[in-house]
Amino acid sequence: MIPELGQFATILALVVALVQGTLPLLGAQRGEQRLMALGRPLAQAQFTLLLVAFAALAWSFLAHDFSVKNVAQNSFSQLPAVYRFTATWGSHEGSLLLWTLILAGWSAAVAVFSRQLPPEMVARVLGVLGLVSVGFLVLLVFTSNPFERLFPIPLDGRDLNPLLQDAGMISHPPLLYMGYVGFSVAFAFAIAALLSGRLDAAWARWSRPWTTIAWTFLTLGIGLGSWWAYRELGWGGWWFWDPTENASLMPWLAGTALIHALAATEKRGVFSNWSVLLAIATFSLSLLGTFLVRSGVLSSVHAFAVDPLRGLTILAFLGIVVGGSMVLYALRAPRMVTGGSFGVFSRESLLLGNNVFLVAALGAVLLGTLYPLFVDALGLGKISVGPQYFNAVFVPLVAPALFLVGIGPLARWKQADLPDLMSRLKWAFGVALVSAALLPLTMDGINLQVTLGLFLALWILFTVLQGFALRTQHYQGSRVRRLFGLPRAFWGMQFAHLGLAVMVVGVTMVSNYETERDVRMPIGSHVELAGYRFVFQGVEEVPGPNYLAGRGTMEITPPRGRPFTLYPEKRHYNASGMIMTQAAVDYGLFRDVYISLGDPLEDGAWTARVYHKPFVGWLWLGAVMLAIGGGLAATDRRYRVVIRRRKATPAAATVPAATVPEVAT
Amino acid sequence: MRRWIPLLLVIALGAFLYLGLFLNPKEVPSPLVGKPAPEFTLPVVGRPGETFSPAELHGQVWLLNIWAPWCAICLKEHRVFRELIGPEVPVYGLTWKDLDREAAPLLARDGNPYVKAVDDVEGRVAIRYGVTVTPETFVIDRAGVIRMKHVGPITPQVWEQKFRPLLRELRA
Repeated sequence: MIPELGQFATILALVVALVQGTLPLLGAQRGEQRLMALGRPLAQAQFTLLLVAFAALAWSFLAHDFSVKNVAQNSFSQLPAVYRFTATWGSHEGSLLLWTLILAGWSAAVAVFSRQLPPEMVARVLGVLGLVSVGFLVLLVFTSNPFERLFPIPLDGRDLNPLLQDAGMISHPPLLYMGYVGFSVAFAFAIAALLSGRLDAAWARWSRPWTTIAWTFLTLGIGLGSWWAYRELGWGGWWFWDPTENASLMPWLAGTALIHALAATEKRGVFSNWSVLLAIATFSLSLLGTFLVRSGVLSSVHAFAVDPLRGLTILAFLGIVVGGSMVLYALRAPRMVTGGSFGVFSRESLLLGNNVFLVAALGAVLLGTLYPLFVDALGLGKISVGPQYFNAVFVPLVAPALFLVGIGPLARWKQADLPDLMSRLKWAFGVALVSAALLPLTMDGINLQVTLGLFLALWILFTVLQGFALRTQHYQGSRVRRLFGLPRAFWGMQFAHLGLAVMVVGVTMVSNYETERDVRMPIGSHVELAGYRFVFQGVEEVPGPNYLAGRGTMEITPPRGRPFTLYPEKRHYNASGMIMTQAAVDYGLFRDVYISLGDPLEDGAWTARVYHKPFVGWLWLGAVMLAIGGGLAATDRRYRVVIRRRKATPAAATVPAATVPEVAT
Repeated sequence: MRRWIPLLLVIALGAFLYLGLFLNPKEVPSPLVGKPAPEFTLPVVGRPGETFSPAELHGQVWLLNIWAPWCAICLKEHRVFRELIGPEVPVYGLTWKDLDREAAPLLARDGNPYVKAVDDVEGRVAIRYGVTVTPETFVIDRAGVIRMKHVGPITPQVWEQKFRPLLRELRA
């Protein structure tokens, strides 16, 4: 009964989405207020219906309803409750439902937080979001029904893939989807702007907070995914250039470019065509990611069950969304280049530089990801593109962008003073370069990769500090108070840029100074690595809720500080029979100690792999700082002012948001 | 005109993605095709004391199917073997890493689609055949040479399109 309720709610949601995707758009075109006003209640109704559907599926999982095929295939009577809940989105069907629910959630959020926008704009944005939702609901209802029943009813389920039974997997997919789907709002604003023919600063201002929030979620989602891979795949890698990882990196790069382009469009009215194109591209790349993961076009560790019809349906949908947008763009993008002029050296030109490098990096990742497909489709053979390609191409494209991070925020709009800036930054540049050149000597001699990485990180750090100094000089009274009086958007930018520096340190250090040993360990034997001494105390059997673990005990004496013990496991999952390596990690600010058990040998001896990973945690610390920066920027006063003013006295519009003084980008 | 460039790029990309739907990225051409099938001697599942090695089948065209009791698609494929393929050509099974010893009871319960299934519990023979996933199927000719490797389950369509013509040729 409950699953049928869910299915019914899904079908109703499709009907609602159809209306939401047509009538408000029609109303906006004809100027009919009554049709336009339909958008908001319909978006909220659709969200409510999908919430019911999602709750029904989650209930089926929690209540062990193995008559539902999805539950039988992805759950198990012994599976702990928290993983039964996350198993709701552990399958293709369930994750599609989650995706659709989140899309409806974003639409409902737009409906609630858009009172200050003109009604035509709201109607168009919600209409476009409704149409996107129709696409996904059609997929859900006609090709991927998560509520399908089974008869005869199996006694027990096949269990959730053990790889997905991890804390990181609880929040990774929802966060990632919040990001992917969140870009649909920026997309909808772009399409609405094209439809209305007004690609102006107001459009950019409305798009910005939505884009930034979506980007923040995507950043967190990717970060968590990488952390999951690090902990769960058993050999301590954190980025594999797997097609699915690339599928999430591509919208992230496009979204990062979009955030910066929108800043220029809002402040100076420049790059508006480019921003529209980027907004469309960002969401299209999110959809492309969905297609790549679910169609089996590329082989990947992430791929869901493959079904050609499903792949075709998603491709058709992708084609309609992207193709339609591009036709609209070609027809409606303004012919005249709008906006003010700017000098060769100005914040505009630096932001343009940022966009060029980011889009080039995006292109390189896209090419590398799809290259095996191109070659195969042309009948030229089978190849795979590995990390060597990506590292060789990605680093040189991203390094200049990171260098620009140091200059852009300090340069003036319209025309910046190059000699002045150079004299301001000469110390930052010099100190960063000299320290970065000297630091590797304290490790193991000259290392240009490390020097490059540390230079960029220090350069960003110093210029960020310089940015704070510039903002607080010429100010009477306490500099500290002035510091905290700076707008959130400025703080957000500084925080995010600093996060990049932290991340660069992590990547540089762990890539260059990681050490590992793969050893055979009889009971009582020891191994030394990076000054740490590991003593193996054997493996004992420990039952888990739905698995049996061989739990190893490794006593570790660090070069300084107190000894500690780690318990790496080898788990045998009861239902699927899968054997999983559960690594044990001792986390630290400056290093992680990471152990994974290999295979048993005779006499209680085991093979084991021990790693010393300097600064690896900075990767995820940096990602969190990026996200905090995004969160701060998206909740800047000028966005909140509008919302608060609406709540207080809608009529008493005092200061238009655009003229709030002293806002950072 | 310039404004149509994004659309053209998208169309080109879409065409490739469409073609990609009909390709199988997991199917890597096996270097073993055209080479003699690696020799082995392994115990037969469910018949204690009996062994099998490919040399016994010299002069015959036969299939070697790599499967595992924990592989759901393999079990689905068994029906195709029983109903469609078994009557046409002898199918032998290589049981890969049956660590829980489920293969014998499973074949006894559901019906054995193989003439003989051998037990490669450590997966050493599978390594020599370059097995990457289950199921995989090798076509071996009268001289004991591997003529084709198919990755993934054999559906009736695949059988019709890929296997039948080759078998007809090998037997001619």
